Amino acid sequence: MSEKKQTVLEEKRKVLRITDMDPKFKYEISKIPGAEKIMLCFQCGSCTADCPIARFTDSYRPRKLMRMTHLGLKERLLPSDVIWLCSTCFTCIDHCPQGVEVASIVRALRNLAVKEGYMPSVYKDLSSSIRETGYAYKIPELRLRKRGELGLPPLPKANIESIVKIFDITGFSKTVEEETT
Amino acid sequence: MPELKYLIFLGCVIPYRIASYEISTRKVLEKLGVELVEMPEFNCCGFPMDPVNHETMLTLAARNLCLAEQQNLPIMTLCNGCFGILNHVNKDLKEDKKLKERVNGYLKEIGMEFKGTTTVKHLVHVLAEDVGFEKIKESIQKPLNQLRVAQHSGCHIVRPAKYIDSEDPENPTILKNLIKATGAQCLDYMDETECCGNPIIGVNPNIPLLLAGEKLNHIRVVGAQAMITVCPFCHMMYDLNQPRIERALNEKFGIPVLHYTQLLGLAMDIDPEELAIKDLRVDASKLLNLL
Repeated sequence: MSEKKQTVLEEKRKVLRITDMDPKFKYEISKIPGAEKIMLCFQCGSCTADCPIARFTDSYRPRKLMRMTHLGLKERLLPSDVIWLCSTCFTCIDHCPQGVEVASIVRALRNLAVKEGYMPSVYKDLSSSIRETGYAYKIPELRLRKRGELGLPPLPKANIESIVKIFDITGFSKTVEEETT
Repeated sequence: MPELKYLIFLGCVIPYRIASYEISTRKVLEKLGVELVEMPEFNCCGFPMDPVNHETMLTLAARNLCLAEQQNLPIMTLCNGCFGILNHVNKDLKEDKKLKERVNGYLKEIGMEFKGTTTVKHLVHVLAEDVGFEKIKESIQKPLNQLRVAQHSGCHIVRPAKYIDSEDPENPTILKNLIKATGAQCLDYMDETECCGNPIIGVNPNIPLLLAGEKLNHIRVVGAQAMITVCPFCHMMYDLNQPRIERALNEKFGIPVLHYTQLLGLAMDIDPEELAIKDLRVDASKLLNLL
């Protein structure tokens, strides 16, 4: 049996226990901007049916993520790699008959996961680059100099002091510090 | 006719990897009489921060909007991601008083205030709505009648529908019409509105490669000689990553992926060298031979 099938079966065997559920989780989520309508999801599955990512993997099922949120399966959701598979194409938002912003709820789950210490390394790189340079990537000096040769105006230096301040006041610096300590 | 003067918002991907988009854009906009003003200073639009901290994203985006307000000019982005975030935050802050109050609370700490006096456009909106098709058609020196291409609009200039004024998300037409203006034929194909997958390539490379490979297959089936994009992120996926896609699918595509501004530039009879066509990963020389 393939490793993948094995894990799928193991996942199915998991029994849902009432003690695994946090009944307050859905209220916590519904207070996050963009996630207000989570309670209106009636599990029709339009989001999953129209999701381009779901067509290429068995693990990403937005409908299932909505249901798990309703049930308060916080401990399974937040550490999961699956919540990081949404590519933010927003098809689910436009197609939901209930007006639920599915992709925004996935984003809310990600934000909570990060607060709990689960941040994929690619996002650590992106955020540290923004904090240090103002840009999402550390653009090599050589490439910045080449702009002149190509007849392009210089790329301005970002105001790092302001960026760091923004990271501090919006609480992100604290998350990063906790992550590294 | 509106004054054709914009603050150009480059974002991060373009200066990092996709200079060809910037070079060709500046060339064609100059020909069309569009004046571009450089942002005196800016930061990442905020898009990569939304998954990790929504409030940080909002404030980074709002800071860029404030910088544009100080210049008293509308923003023009070249990147769908930058457009999506800046337009969405600009509209939300203008409409939602409570949100504006909260974000202005953050901005106060860096000596700024969001007033709501700027607008955000993507390059395609500037071309289609402000410059206009008539003027674009007048600029064409060498109609590309012999070319058959397929467009990929990408997601964030089309969805979510509530933030987009000028497109039907199920049947976006702006880019198609811009392509037709060059004389090239724009072919319809299956799943045109589907995502490139690039935003998750850092988390799981396999899924985006399969997704992008499927799209390349769909456009090959209808006989497209090239793909046309208007986003550096999508462009990276189909051009820079095309060899990876080919390895993942064990198939050869060899489909050149041009920025719309390169296509328009060719139709304006600008030297391909000046449009940085050579910078493309997938060789476009066969395509140029067709002209």
